[in-house]
Amino acid sequence: MDRITPKALFLRRRELLKLGAGVTLLTSAAARARAAIPHGPQLPGVKPNPKYSTDEKKTPFDDIASYNNFYELGTDKSDPSANADKLQTRPWQVVVDGEVKKPRTWKIEEILHSFPLEERVYRLRCVEAWSMVIPWNGFPLADFLARHEPTSRARYVAFTSAVQPQMPGVRGFAGIPFPYLEGLRIDEATHPLALLAVGIYGEQLPNQDGAPIRLVVPWKYGFKSGKSLVRIHLQETQPPTTWSQYAGGSEYGFYANVNPEVDHPRWSQARERRIGEFLKRKTLMFNGYEEVAPLYAGMDLRKFF
Amino acid sequence: MKRWLVPAAFAACLLPLAWLVVRFLRDDLGANPIAEVLNRLGLDAFVLLVLTLACTPAQILFKVNWPIRIRKLLGDFCFFYACLHLLTYAGLDQGLAFGEIGRDIVKRPFITLGVTTWVLLLPLAVTSTQGWQRRLGYRRWKGLHRLVYLAGVLACVHFLWRFKTALFEPLLWSGVVALLLGIRIVSRLRLQSR
Repeated sequence: MDRITPKALFLRRRELLKLGAGVTLLTSAAARARAAIPHGPQLPGVKPNPKYSTDEKKTPFDDIASYNNFYELGTDKSDPSANADKLQTRPWQVVVDGEVKKPRTWKIEEILHSFPLEERVYRLRCVEAWSMVIPWNGFPLADFLARHEPTSRARYVAFTSAVQPQMPGVRGFAGIPFPYLEGLRIDEATHPLALLAVGIYGEQLPNQDGAPIRLVVPWKYGFKSGKSLVRIHLQETQPPTTWSQYAGGSEYGFYANVNPEVDHPRWSQARERRIGEFLKRKTLMFNGYEEVAPLYAGMDLRKFF
Repeated sequence: MKRWLVPAAFAACLLPLAWLVVRFLRDDLGANPIAEVLNRLGLDAFVLLVLTLACTPAQILFKVNWPIRIRKLLGDFCFFYACLHLLTYAGLDQGLAFGEIGRDIVKRPFITLGVTTWVLLLPLAVTSTQGWQRRLGYRRWKGLHRLVYLAGVLACVHFLWRFKTALFEPLLWSGVVALLLGIRIVSRLRLQSR
């Protein structure tokens, strides 16, 4: 074997050294890139509710808490976890008003002490065609609304998310107006599946997942489940909602039920990638929660998408 | 001219891919690695397309010729990343479900445009050699390679349509492409008025 370095290679030794240095630099930079996601304090007294569970594999905490759409904290999936400390969750109040006999302004601590927490494992299907399986901790929205005794004119429920001036997304180029608004019909809001969540995996919600209290409506696309709620308003008319007003209402509807038959104008909704899986799986009607179908009996779900 | 220019540019063009490989090996591609790889490769191809389009304006504005010397390299690497982007879409994102891919291409302008851009780049990459330049004759070769302007515009629209909102980044890049094409037009008009 010829042990003399070929001349051409010898002449390029400096380049090769530089290339080697570059690769080392890249490698060490990557080693620093993945930071640990902080956990919240444990929630006491959470009881699993076997009626609302699934044997599907749960999405790991780190994925649930690092891959988020929360435009107030930035529009990249990784922004909300990176900017999580820009959301102040204490003190926190939730106003419940409108068509109720007993309006009330709650301190978050009062809510946490007033409603027994259960664990429900729900599928979450994002409108962007990815999905997760999340063990939420919370209580039925129906129980919460009942405390305020809705009047007969309460036909819709409007949800308002927090806007805080230090949140980077609300000052930037998020492309949607704030505060973030969502809404449900009263029969949707009082369906037993609809949940107000305050935690995941038995721990207080990470800020990027909508701390301290958020909506979870598992048969609808994820954007319907408003995060970091400050106001719940019962009313007679259908409330304006953030995404259904975007692009003149052509891309996202008020109902936004998970529906493999009705595509987004720019992508198919027939399949989804479950986070952590390689091949896409088929998307199920109402995200697999067929029990909500009677809510939409007689409605054209292509028209009311 | 300096001998290290082309090898240095070659190495630099491989860096985005190396970076992805390193992140993959370190399990640092986030919760949805396929989407991350897909988006990153698309952005890499787009940036290389912009750099390819920047060579002539650099010559016009700053009277430097070295960008022209690496233009073929930049263009070839643009196509290389565009191929990886397309393969990631078809193979990893869609899992080679050809029915779905076909429907996507026909029904969704966002996908249609992406694929069209790749198809436009294909003959440019094939004929980017001096041999093909000779075979076609310089005029015809140049005419063919003007397709890159159309590819640049289509790539911008494809990039814009990818976003749900927050169009700041693709709008900024589209502005850069518009500027690069505008410089050519102004320079051409000036030559004609002389």
